[in-house]
Amino acid sequence: MNEVDFLLWVRGPGLAIATVIFVLGMTVKMFEIFMLGRKKNLAELRGTGVKEGFRTIITRSGHVDTYSTRNTRFTHIAGWVFHIGMFTTIFLLAPHIEVFKSIIGFAWPALPTPIIDLATVIAMITMLAMLFHRITNPVLKYLSTGQDFVVWTLTFLPLLTGYMAYHHLFFSYTLVLGLHILSVCLLLVFFPFTKLTHAVTLFFARWYNGMMAGEKGVQQ
Amino acid sequence: MTMACNDATTSGEEIFTGNVTPILNEIRHALNTLLETGESTIIDLRALPMGPGEEQHLESLLGIGEATATINAMGPTTVNESLFAGVWLVTHRNTDDEILGKFIEITRIPSILESQTEDIRGALKALPDLLAENC
Amino acid sequence: MADDRTLAEMLRAQGITRRGFLKFCATTASMMALSPAMVPKIAAALESARRPSVIWLSFQECTGCTESLTRSHSPSIEKLIFDVISLDHHHTLMAASGHAVDEALNEAMEENFGKYILIVDGSIPVGNPAYSTVSGISNLDMLEHAAKGAAAIVSVGTCAAYGGLPYAKPNPTGAVAVSDIIKDKPIINVPGCPPIPVVITGVLAQFLTFGKIPELDSLGRPKAFYGQNIHDRCYRRPFYERGQFAETFDDEGAKKGWCLFKLGCKGPVTYNACATTKWNEGTSWPVEAGHGCLGCSQPDFWDMGGFYNALSVPTVDLAKKAAVGIAAGAAIGVAAGALNRRKKAKAVSEHQTVTVDDLEKGA
Repeated sequence: MNEVDFLLWVRGPGLAIATVIFVLGMTVKMFEIFMLGRKKNLAELRGTGVKEGFRTIITRSGHVDTYSTRNTRFTHIAGWVFHIGMFTTIFLLAPHIEVFKSIIGFAWPALPTPIIDLATVIAMITMLAMLFHRITNPVLKYLSTGQDFVVWTLTFLPLLTGYMAYHHLFFSYTLVLGLHILSVCLLLVFFPFTKLTHAVTLFFARWYNGMMAGEKGVQQ
Repeated sequence: MTMACNDATTSGEEIFTGNVTPILNEIRHALNTLLETGESTIIDLRALPMGPGEEQHLESLLGIGEATATINAMGPTTVNESLFAGVWLVTHRNTDDEILGKFIEITRIPSILESQTEDIRGALKALPDLLAENC
Repeated sequence: MADDRTLAEMLRAQGITRRGFLKFCATTASMMALSPAMVPKIAAALESARRPSVIWLSFQECTGCTESLTRSHSPSIEKLIFDVISLDHHHTLMAASGHAVDEALNEAMEENFGKYILIVDGSIPVGNPAYSTVSGISNLDMLEHAAKGAAAIVSVGTCAAYGGLPYAKPNPTGAVAVSDIIKDKPIINVPGCPPIPVVITGVLAQFLTFGKIPELDSLGRPKAFYGQNIHDRCYRRPFYERGQFAETFDDEGAKKGWCLFKLGCKGPVTYNACATTKWNEGTSWPVEAGHGCLGCSQPDFWDMGGFYNALSVPTVDLAKKAAVGIAAGAAIGVAAGALNRRKKAKAVSEHQTVTVDDLEKGA
């Protein structure tokens, strides 16, 4: 198979398979989670907890208390920087917006490409720093499993190959573009079966935590 | 010419690749070599990507100097020395006036202007016939 | 029929002076994308070169490649090349017709066996060879027969090089490229729909001058002309870099000459000489005229997801696939969820309570 056939495959059947697996996997996961539900709260409710639930989604993202922040400052800041850089790259680059437009039917303005380039580099450097931190910090080293490194690689590759494509690095553009789309396909395929599902479940998890605290009348 | 080399206009008429400045620098370098070693340089303008209007812009910057010549061989070829001595523009056209090639030659005289040995030999062979007819 | 005179002798006989010959060499060097410093070498090579016999076979094609080549008027380099080579056979251009043509073709092939250049344009249908025939002979048979005595084969146009338009989905005639059929001869692919005329003659000129196949890339194309990516030589590249794209063909961006990526330009994945050599003797080329590159010198360019869809856009309807995924996921999810609940209920019902007395009993 030459690089032209490869690009055509990933842009067509490759993406189709990856999308189906991704959507199917996430849907099954969501059904499983919600159908199991939560244990019934037999105590007397001090509040419905609904408002507290939404509040927690936001408050959990930021400063909680001084002691916890001191220990987790690096992860906290690196996490924010990486996520902002990554989302900027995914949603504000013109060629990507074209992809979304073809799927959902509408688009939005893009940022100048050099800014996206900078965001990508920042995201990649942050990821490398987080990997280093994971390997060297004794607690993280103890807690890390193979899946953590697989997920890191799956997230890093699209950023790297996208950067390579824009700058025409190392290989022909056709091959690099094909590799970029393939790396996204792999990310989609493994998404529902790894901790990457946090992208969706984090909102529910935080909401429930807030709700439970609200029912108990505890501040969140 | 009041326009600077890298003025990017937004009229859509002239898009600048920025190739004009490097070419002018190459010409300057070649002129220096010509003066110091006598070695000539030829730049093929067709080998470089130029936006619409950029080639004309380069030619207008170089201008036309004192010497102009036309050769008629398989169509016209114009040879102009630019405003800068030693910098010649050679444009080859076919009999339909379509441009076949454009070269900037940094030299004392473009080789196409010199009379060629084979042609001189041919002339030497033809002259006796002329003498025989007319004398 | 091949002439035994050298090229230089032939040109002299036509009344072309040495000056004219030098002009020819200089423009040929330019056409072959060679440095002007190579001109003396080319002059020396052409002086002693002999006219090769060339046979041109046209198969399942639209004749666009021949049209492209003959659009230049005489005497231009293109015509000169074809005066220099001995074009012994060309379906469209030759004056003769009927059986005389078949005889002449066979004669030319026999006389120059092992030495002639075979030029092919058009794809070859193998689904049913009867889809395209000449004088009752299928293209497949004609190609296999002619290839036997060829020194080299030049596949002109994307149809001959990669299958081209007939090869596009669903390929009803079973069209294939020359290189899919002939495996034992050197093949030079000169793709394009059509190829730039100067590229066609440049390749022939290279073969003529140096007597061997030029350096080819992984898709069999001469690197001299197809070594550059359109995107890398495009004069609109600064706009791509800055992220300034035209959204429609007549908006402000388009008028300012902004990048045509969003309008489907396939420049980044296309290799050809259009951005530097341009068309119509250097007049312009598609992007300069305001239309995105179609990628016409690449295999499968007709099936690249649409001429007006950006290169990043998927070629399948992902929304539909996602809907299928949700539907299937919902079904599986409900089943899995139900199973889980049953498992949980079973665990609750099978749960054995323990009292302090039970524990004391066991102790």
